This record gives sequence, C-alpha cells and structure tokens, in this order.
Amino acid sequence: MQPFAYSAPTTLEEAVEILDKHGEKARPLAGGTDLLVQIRGGRFDLDTVVDIKKIPELNEISNGNDELVLGAAVPCHKLYDDPSISKSYPGLIDAATLIGSIQIQSRSGFGGNLCNSTPSADGIAPLIVHSAVANIQGKSGSRSVPVEDFCTGPGSNVLGKGEMLVSITMPNKGDKFGAAYERFIPRNEMDIAVAAVGASIMLDSNGKIAEAKIALASVGPTPIFATKASESLKGKEPNEAAFKEAASIAKSECSPIEDMRGTADQRKHLVEVLTERMLIKSLERIGG
Amino acid sequence: MVNVSDSKNYKVIGTNPIRHDGYDKVTGRAVYGADIKLPGLIWASIVRSPHAHAVLKSVDTSAAEKVDGVFAVMTGKDLPHLADSWIDHGEGTENVAWSSENIMATKKVLYKGHAVAAVAAKDRYVADYAASKIKVEYEELESVTNVEDATKEGAPILLEDLVGDHIGKKVEKTNIASVTRHEFGDPDKAFQDAEHVVERTFTLQMVHQGYIEPHNATATWDEEGRVKVWTSTQGAFPVRTSTAAILDMDVSKVKVTPLEIGGGFGGKIPIYLEPVCATLSKKSGRPVKAVMERSNVFQASGPAPGGTITVKMGTDKNGKLIAADTSIKLEAGGFPGAAVGAAVQCIFAPYEIANTRIDGYDIVVNKPKSAAYRAPGSPQAAFATETVVNELADLHGMDPVDFRLLNASKEGTRRADGVVFPVIGNEEVLDAAKASDHWKSELGTPMKGRIRGRGVASGYWFNVGLKSTVNLTVNTDGVVALVEGSTDIGGTRTSISMQAAEILGIPATDFRPTVGDTETAGYADVTGGSRTTYATGFAAVKAAENLIEVLKERCSIIWSLDKQDIDFENGTFFATKDPELKFTFKQLAANLDSTGGPAASSGSVDLESAGGAFGTHIVDLDVDPDTGKTDIVRYTAVQDVGTVIYPAYCRGNIQGGVVQGIGWGLNEEYFMKDDGSQANTSYLDYRMPTALDMPNIDVIMVEKPNPGHPFGVRGVGEVPICPPIAAIGDALHDALGKRFYDAPMKPGRILNVLGKISD
Repeated sequence: MQPFAYSAPTTLEEAVEILDKHGEKARPLAGGTDLLVQIRGGRFDLDTVVDIKKIPELNEISNGNDELVLGAAVPCHKLYDDPSISKSYPGLIDAATLIGSIQIQSRSGFGGNLCNSTPSADGIAPLIVHSAVANIQGKSGSRSVPVEDFCTGPGSNVLGKGEMLVSITMPNKGDKFGAAYERFIPRNEMDIAVAAVGASIMLDSNGKIAEAKIALASVGPTPIFATKASESLKGKEPNEAAFKEAASIAKSECSPIEDMRGTADQRKHLVEVLTERMLIKSLERIGG
Repeated sequence: MVNVSDSKNYKVIGTNPIRHDGYDKVTGRAVYGADIKLPGLIWASIVRSPHAHAVLKSVDTSAAEKVDGVFAVMTGKDLPHLADSWIDHGEGTENVAWSSENIMATKKVLYKGHAVAAVAAKDRYVADYAASKIKVEYEELESVTNVEDATKEGAPILLEDLVGDHIGKKVEKTNIASVTRHEFGDPDKAFQDAEHVVERTFTLQMVHQGYIEPHNATATWDEEGRVKVWTSTQGAFPVRTSTAAILDMDVSKVKVTPLEIGGGFGGKIPIYLEPVCATLSKKSGRPVKAVMERSNVFQASGPAPGGTITVKMGTDKNGKLIAADTSIKLEAGGFPGAAVGAAVQCIFAPYEIANTRIDGYDIVVNKPKSAAYRAPGSPQAAFATETVVNELADLHGMDPVDFRLLNASKEGTRRADGVVFPVIGNEEVLDAAKASDHWKSELGTPMKGRIRGRGVASGYWFNVGLKSTVNLTVNTDGVVALVEGSTDIGGTRTSISMQAAEILGIPATDFRPTVGDTETAGYADVTGGSRTTYATGFAAVKAAENLIEVLKERCSIIWSLDKQDIDFENGTFFATKDPELKFTFKQLAANLDSTGGPAASSGSVDLESAGGAFGTHIVDLDVDPDTGKTDIVRYTAVQDVGTVIYPAYCRGNIQGGVVQGIGWGLNEEYFMKDDGSQANTSYLDYRMPTALDMPNIDVIMVEKPNPGHPFGVRGVGEVPICPPIAAIGDALHDALGKRFYDAPMKPGRILNVLGKISD
C-alpha cells in the first residue's frame, strides 16, 4: 500500500471536481468495506481517496408514497432499522441483512455495492427486481440509468471519468407487490454467494401476475436481469407450474464459471432451485 | 506420591478457578508476538515464489537495495550451507538442511509462496515496495499437487537428492520419501475366511489449522554474536533448537522469548521467520520484525496433509473384526514429513483385530511443507476406518455402538502397529455414548425442506510425554511463583499451577505462573501431543513435593527439631510429637527470611509414554437435498479424559476440536488451481465454520485415570478432532442413503453424489 491523499468534500460539485481531476487515480469512499481491502490488496494505485459521506445528498433516505430515494452512502442498517422501508421493499431488506456481517452492515450500503459492480454483489439483484434507477452526477450534468444496465463486467460499470453515483430511486409498487432475495452459501454468514436470486411479483386485480422480475447474481460477468424468465410469468396464475417454468428459463439465462466457490453446473442448478423458492416467497409476501 | 484412589478428596483438582492469564487477555493487555516494539525496530518483507515448482535461476536484489529506507536485503545464500542432519521435536522430526531450504530457497521453489529473498526497511510499506523491486528469474517446471499425480510414472521429481526408503529398499528419483509396513497375523487368509469384507478408498484435501494469529518473529543479532528472538510459538526451546541449527550456532547463543500465542494447533512448532529476521538484523544492526499476511500463512506455513487412504476390513459371522488392511498415502508438501507415522499408529487403534497390515506412504508434492495439526494424521485415518466400520455394522444389522463395543480395544490389546495398550477408556467411552441422552433420543423433525440424519464415529490419539521442567519460589506472603518452559496455548499456566497447588494444600489463585524464556525457565519440549497438562503438570507435582522437603527443613530450624519429626498434611506443617507446633503454608512463608532466605525447588520429567485417549461422537444434521446445504443441529462428544484437572478447559478443548473437525468434514479445503497454486487464500473463501454454523456441543467426560500420572491426567486436546469427519459422513448416509468417501462433504459434492449435478 502506497501513501494517498484523503479528501472529504461537502458538496457534489467539489467531489466531482476532484474525481474528474484525478481520473483513475481517485476512488470515492463510502463505507470502505470493499475499497480499503482492495487498496491493501494492490488492486488500485491511488493518489486520492474521496470520502463522500460528508455530502448531504449522499446520506439522504426519502421514503415517500411513490418512491424511495436512497443516498449512495447510506449504510445497510439504516434500511432494516426503518419498518416503513421493510414493508414496501422486502427484497432490499433481505440483502441488507445478509451482506457481510452485522459489523459490515453498519458501514456498507447499496451505493457502494452497486459501484463495486462484482458479479456476486448481494445488493444489485434486489435493486433490479425493485425496478431501481441509479442517479449519476458528472461534471457536465446528471443522468439516470436503470440498475440492470449499470454494470458492464466484473468490477466495471457505466460511470465515466469524474462521474459518481448520487442516489438510487425505486418505485413503491403498492400492496399487491412482493419481493425476495436469497443467496446460496455453504456457511451461514461471512461468505460470497455461490449463486443468488432476487424475484418480485405484482398481481393485478384478478390475482394474476401483472409484472414479475427475476435477477441473478454470481452466475455471469455481471448481475443478470433474467428477462425471458420474468416475461414468462406475465398474465399467468401465480402457481407452481408457472414458477417451475420460469425457474427453468432462468437457468438458461445465466452463464456461470467454475471456481473455488462452485462449479458451473452447481450454480445453474442453484439458480433453478432458488428462482422457484424466491417466487414462492415473493407471492407469500404480497399483502403480508 | 499422591495415590489415584484419593481422587475424591481433591481440593483444587476438578475446580474452575479464575485463569491466571484471564484479566490480561480480556482487557487486551496481553502481549502477543506482533505487539513487540524495540528501539530502532525495522520491518521485514519476504519475496515469495509465484510458481508452484521452478528452478531458481537468479535473484537480483540491486534495485531493492537502492530504495530509500531499506536497511538490508538477503537471499537464501545468506543462510549457512548445511548438510543433512536430524533434530527431534517430539511431535515430528526435521532435517535441518531441508528446513533451511524451506525457510528460504536457494535451488528450487517447491510451492507457491516459497520464500526466495527478504528486505528490511524502516516500515512495512517501504519493505513491501522494495521487495517488489527484487528481480527473480525462474525456470518453470510442471507441478504435482496430490499424491496420485506425484506418484505417476514420469511425474516431475521435486527433490533430486531425495533417496526414498521403501520398506528398507533405497529408491532414487522418487517423490515417495518413505514406505513403511506393519503386519501382524495373516490378513490375506483372514479376508478369505470373512463373512463380510468392505474395501473403500477415501480422499481428503489439505486443510489449515486456521489459528487467528499469523506467524511472527522479531530478532536481534548483537555484536557479541548472540541472537535474541521474540515470537509466538508452541515451544521456545524447539525454536531455539531450530534457529540455532539453521544459523549453524550453539543453542546457548540463541535466546528465545515466547510471547502470548493466538492459536497453534501444531502449526506453530516449525519456524519460518526467525532465521530471516536474525540474518537481516546481522546485516542492518537493528532489531527486525516480520509478520505474515494471512495469504502467506495459508500458502507458506504448515497445513495438514491431504491424501488418499484405502481401508479394507473383514468380519466373521458374529460381527467380530478379523482382518484389516490399509494403505495411507499422505502429502508431505515440498519436503518429506507428512504425519503418516502417526496415522499408522492411530488408524485401527479403537479395535481389536488379529490380522492387520498397515502401509504408510510419505509423498512430496508442490504444496507447503505440512506440519502437525491436532492429532496429526488421525482425523484422516478415522474418516476411512470409521466409515468402513459403520458399513460393516450395517451389513451385520448391528447398532454401530454395539458393533464397536464388540470389537473395542482394551487394556492388553495389541495395537495394529505393535504397541500393547495400557489402561485405556475405550469401552467406557462407548458405554457412555450408548447411555447418553443423545443416542437414546428420537431424531426429531428437521427444518422445512430438509432431511435429518444421525451419525456416529470414534477416534483415538496416543498422546506424548517428553521433557518438562517446573521451578517454584515461595514469596514471603505465601504466594508461589511458578516458572514453566511450556508455552501456554490453552490455559496450562492454570492447569499446571493447580497440580502444584493440590500438593501444597493452597488455592490455585495463590500461584503466579509465568512462561519463561529459554534462559529463565528449565527445559521443556514443545506444547503439543496433548502433553503439557500431563508432563509439565507431572513436573509441577515433583517440584511441589521437593518444595515440601525444603520447607520441612525450615520448620526443623524454627522448631529445633529433626526433619523426620516434621510432617505435612492438608497444607499444614506440624511436629509429629508436639501438636502445638504447626504452621500453615502462609505462616511458614512469612518466616522464610529468618531461616535462610527464599525457598525454591525444581521438578523435571522425561516421560516415555502418556496413555492414549478415545472419543466417540454423535451428530445430528439437517441437509437440504436441493442445495446440498448442511446444518449441524445437535452434537455430543464423549471422551476418555483421565482425571479432569479444570473441567471448563477440558470441555472447551473438546468443543474446539469438534468445531475444527466439523469444518474439515463440511467445507474446509485447499482448493488448488491448475497452475498448482491455492485459490482460496483468505478466510472469506477458505470457509472455516463461523459461530452461526455451530450448535451447542455437548461434552460427556469419562474419567478413567491414567495410572502413569500422579493425578491420573490424560491428554485431552487432540482426540476430539478425530471422529467428526466420519461422524458427519455417517449422518449424511442416514439422511440421504449415500455413503461419502471424499472430504470435504461440501454442498456441490452432496448434489453430485445425489446425481443432481455433474462432478
């Protein structure tokens, strides 16, 4: 590890200015649970670490009737400590309570998890099934990107030079909506997903599926929005046959590798098992 | 000498006093190896091989030497060139020439992470930076990382100068360092007569002890030519022996100060950093400190060997074992010395079998040099034997505990490697397991979507004796200062003080025990082999008995009586002919200054045998057949512990061994990449169990006193890691109907055995 400068800007403009000036030699610091480990491990050779926790917009949690706005530096525990968020965004809470450990959850949040952009990120699949959008600020202005389009490869994303994530917005889909996220790990905590699945279901007034979303993690170069499996459920009765068919399609939408955490075949099998389980859980959570 | 039959009257033995190191440890004041700070201290960084197997062509240190803040640079050539010579640490021997080459390579690198050079600089960051400037030229060779590949025709040879001893035959150009055979009776004929024969082949992967504290060392080489070392170790004296041998100097030129140790489990017997820090100190004139990163602890310390074990066992029509045959092939790592000798001693120990053959293979592979790990070799052996025993019990339609009782080894049984058992508690342990609530209980209802199974297995460790010394000094306030040379890994300052306290009739809290350095403590062998409470405790008993003689003399001075007219009982010295003349220990202590000054004593032992111990474990687990996830839901460990000195330690020690065994059985393994390197070099991916993975572990302690010790102590710490792997395999079989022959029994393997995924 080499010496680097630490800066803690208090405005977005200031932060973007520093990030733009240093380019790849600067990284934003939120909880630091990934960044500090990566610096020590020699992944980055940085001039500057930009602590973004002193910027008001990045600490915002705004839970309105229509949407939830989550500042990029908000740590996980602030979500599960808030019952109103737990009720409308259950998939998010599933992830917030299992990322790392209780100690990690007091520092790390969804913003950093998204920007770290690992294929195994526990935060990204739940954001996808909650139809979340990433709000980005750059030197020349701001833009918004659906979370499913944010990651471009292992550890890489759409953020350009001088750009930073400000917040994540997701719609409140009302009480005919349920969501769930689960990862498979061999132990009960402190582990990286072998495979993981997020799912959400919104029912219409006839009890049929108006919209379903399935997202997969640890089974491809980025978290995957399983569009075919999601589409297959539209208009159907929410029953075992429909869920099994969607799970089978989801299995074909992933492209896992074999490594120390599991084989490709094992991961595909787990995607099928977990997809069905998450669809059942999402359905159970509707109106609950 | 205290009679074992007096055991019911103990005042200190069998209680749980506050441990002497407790306050310092819970408040963070305890000083561990990495805490040491000396004036002018500089930091070492080690350059390690990125290849698993390569010829070391050249090491160019010139760029590193020019880095600002660098004080010294070294390569393996800065260590003395040594001829082969052997030193014995009790739990394992070492060839000093190989140890030196392991500490820093000069010819070949034999595993990824093998050290090739080192830098000392003003801080660790400058040292790391300078280390990155050292240019090393390698000629890469094909690597072999398991016993099958290493013994194939045409396999690359790791050590060109190794001459293998294959049952007495000298063999050159081989990776098999040794083959041993122990044979009794006529196993081949007995198998022909057998009612049932089961033969299975098992594989296990290399695993790490997983101590929290990484290896560390700080050393100075002074102008007098003396080396001083501060380190976390399982034995200050063995570190002195190894360091002096590798630096080619007399032992008395080296002083080793042991600090508190954050776990060892056998892995902190060998040395890695001490001669490097000493050499860098010689070059720089400053104290030099090195602390390993976790990834280096995995890749370049001494894990436990994986390997392949075939076990064949046969029974007569009544279910009596009549024959057993095994070949045990363990991976030594880059240099010879897998724990195969110990595996041979343990593999059939729980059973009485007339006809046996045991072949042991010590095989070098391109992995770190393996070291002791809690009952070295025995958990691997138990996985194989106990699984076959459970299959045979099934074939006979017998309860597996009854099957074990029918075949149990007992006093007088000849162990399959030839040793005849003294008093052992194998049958008593099996009886206690059979009578336990757990064994008698219903299996209960599993979690939703899970299947529950119950398994059972036994295990054995022989324990060792060896050399220990304890010194006692009485303070005028009646407190006894105790100095031992055995490093204290698991609370032995207290368990040893308690034994002296029992003899002296005073509370354990009236002791101030200290682990001394190699110049203040009397000699002690390594803290390993479950020997410390047994052997160092024995030395404490002797020292206390010697102290009573010294104190009787003081009474004789004070009372002007002959010494033979003075007796000692229940902590009181008294004149046998005058009941008015008596002193408590404390009263006498207050009179020492006027009767010749401090009273001190010493006790030493060199014990041949230790009395082995047995355990039988029962496990209930829930397995998810769709994901392969396993959760242990209930666990009971029954063990023969001799006389219990400190029940809470004893229970904790057994629980700790069980946790490590469960990790070994379920998820832990060195996951090797095609290039011969370990992929999972952090705790994130090495997958040791966390607290959330463990149920409460019930412990049933069976006290069968060891007649070879004044209080009946038996070693406790190693047996509990032996049964869990096989017990878990048995429980999975109960749940899923499939036997498991490969460890770890991780989720992917379970799905594979169930036919749900390909290999």
